[in-house]
Amino acid sequence: MDSTKTRVPAVEGWFTTDGDDPALLGSRCQACGTYAFPRETFFCANPECDGTTFDEVSLSRRGKVWSYTDARYTPPAPYVAADPYVPFCIAAVELAEEKMVVMGQVVPEVTVDDLTVGTEVELVVEVLYEDDDHEYLVWKWRPVTARPGGTGA
Amino acid sequence: MPDDHSVAVLGVGMHPWGKWGRNFVEYGLAAARHALADAGVAWTDVQFVSGADTIRNGYPGFISGATFAQALGWSGARVSSAYAACASGATAIAAARAQILAGLCDVALVVGADTTPKGFFAPVGGERRDDPDWLRFHLMGATNPTYFALYARRRMELFGATEDDFAAVKVKNARAGAANPNARYRKEVSADEVLASPMVADPLRLMEICATSDGGAAIVLSSMDFARRHGGGRSPSVSIPAVSTVTPRFPQTVIEMPNFATDSAVAVGALAGPAFRRSIAFAAYEEAGIGPEDVDVAEVYDLSTALELDWYEDVGLCKEGEAERLLRDGDTAIGGRIPVNPSGGLSSFGEAIPAQAIAQVCELVWQLRGQASGRQVEGARVGVTANQGLFGHGSSVIVAT
Repeated sequence: MDSTKTRVPAVEGWFTTDGDDPALLGSRCQACGTYAFPRETFFCANPECDGTTFDEVSLSRRGKVWSYTDARYTPPAPYVAADPYVPFCIAAVELAEEKMVVMGQVVPEVTVDDLTVGTEVELVVEVLYEDDDHEYLVWKWRPVTARPGGTGA
Repeated sequence: MPDDHSVAVLGVGMHPWGKWGRNFVEYGLAAARHALADAGVAWTDVQFVSGADTIRNGYPGFISGATFAQALGWSGARVSSAYAACASGATAIAAARAQILAGLCDVALVVGADTTPKGFFAPVGGERRDDPDWLRFHLMGATNPTYFALYARRRMELFGATEDDFAAVKVKNARAGAANPNARYRKEVSADEVLASPMVADPLRLMEICATSDGGAAIVLSSMDFARRHGGGRSPSVSIPAVSTVTPRFPQTVIEMPNFATDSAVAVGALAGPAFRRSIAFAAYEEAGIGPEDVDVAEVYDLSTALELDWYEDVGLCKEGEAERLLRDGDTAIGGRIPVNPSGGLSSFGEAIPAQAIAQVCELVWQLRGQASGRQVEGARVGVTANQGLFGHGSSVIVAT
């Protein structure tokens, strides 16, 4: 990691980047409580609800793996792949409080052999790709039981 | 089955699937001419042309209805073009059927065709930061096989599906496709070959994920009355009594392309009705007044080998968790109790998206007429197709003798 580079989110307003407890930013309908990610601004997904106002909320930082896979081949653009390409895992994670499933990459040191349906994971923010001046950040899932180096919250 | 929602299938036709690299209009035109010849109907007698638009990076590409009408020679026919991603063909069939059932026309031509680039489907180019389809590639590197693999892995962990089961689906479909002159891949494969092919998205291997292809398919539909007059008083040999083009019901709790998250179920508790994929064929069964026990043959959208197993359950051929047993018992092979994908499926065709749902119907028509040489399901009288398109498009067509 090159500390001279400016760290910026790869997408604006989808997650918090400061502190040890980053979180995804979703919305919660003020009328019926339905969550959405990414956040909804002008309609509620619930067909029984005509709510149009939403609170921005931090989603649960921990969840359980609903399913998982990996990407053995370089995804096409606009994915910005490292050269040489290193395969990574992707997980769909069930959040109990929000009763929803949210996808994301899994931190790079994890392989599919480390995952199972039900594995507890937590949200971290890491570098997705970089250019000469910036490191672009994204949310990733990290198994709670596997923390290389013992770092983390 | 009652006649009041039925339309007659007068003719079907295809341009063979492949990687021909020519203009999609050529494939659609060839398929349309085959279907018209099969129907014994002159192009100039077609009153309504229903096209399934090509797909470009997830979104509608070229206009189809008017393009095919012009290629056949402007005749003044009324026209419609449909886009529903992988379900576009069924949506085009639904549009034609509605025109016929409303009494607005007697004879309609449905056409879909496409030319596809090599490799993974990629999103539209440029910076599209308000497009979830662009963002899922950019932020997660999530390709279409990513989503197929999530379903496959969950099947393995919940229901005990194995890599051998997935390979067996490919072996079954390759055997059927080898006998289909319109299929792109016409070679039998062994389970060892499948399991030796490179892993793309664990647990799915290269030979278990459908390719992208060029191809075209067309159907001539008419009112039941027109079909009887056209057939010298005889009832049409094959008809379509139901078409389902349903959308999901909230909350959609299975992660779907191109989304980052499912719906949240907090406001309503658990999903009250069936999950989306299961609702697709059941809406068609209800409309036709039949149940899955009445079906003799099925064409389902095997984007991956594992997804074919999901479909066995979702179209009601067995209970949840029993698809592997159905497969292992040989029930879904040609000669089995309920053959699935006797055409060879996407496994043998690859996806020519706007043509694919139409091609599923073509296959069932040939099966029900007893014309599926080398892959015939003996005595088939009722068939069902099932398919799901990006952005929430269901598609299921019942075909009956």
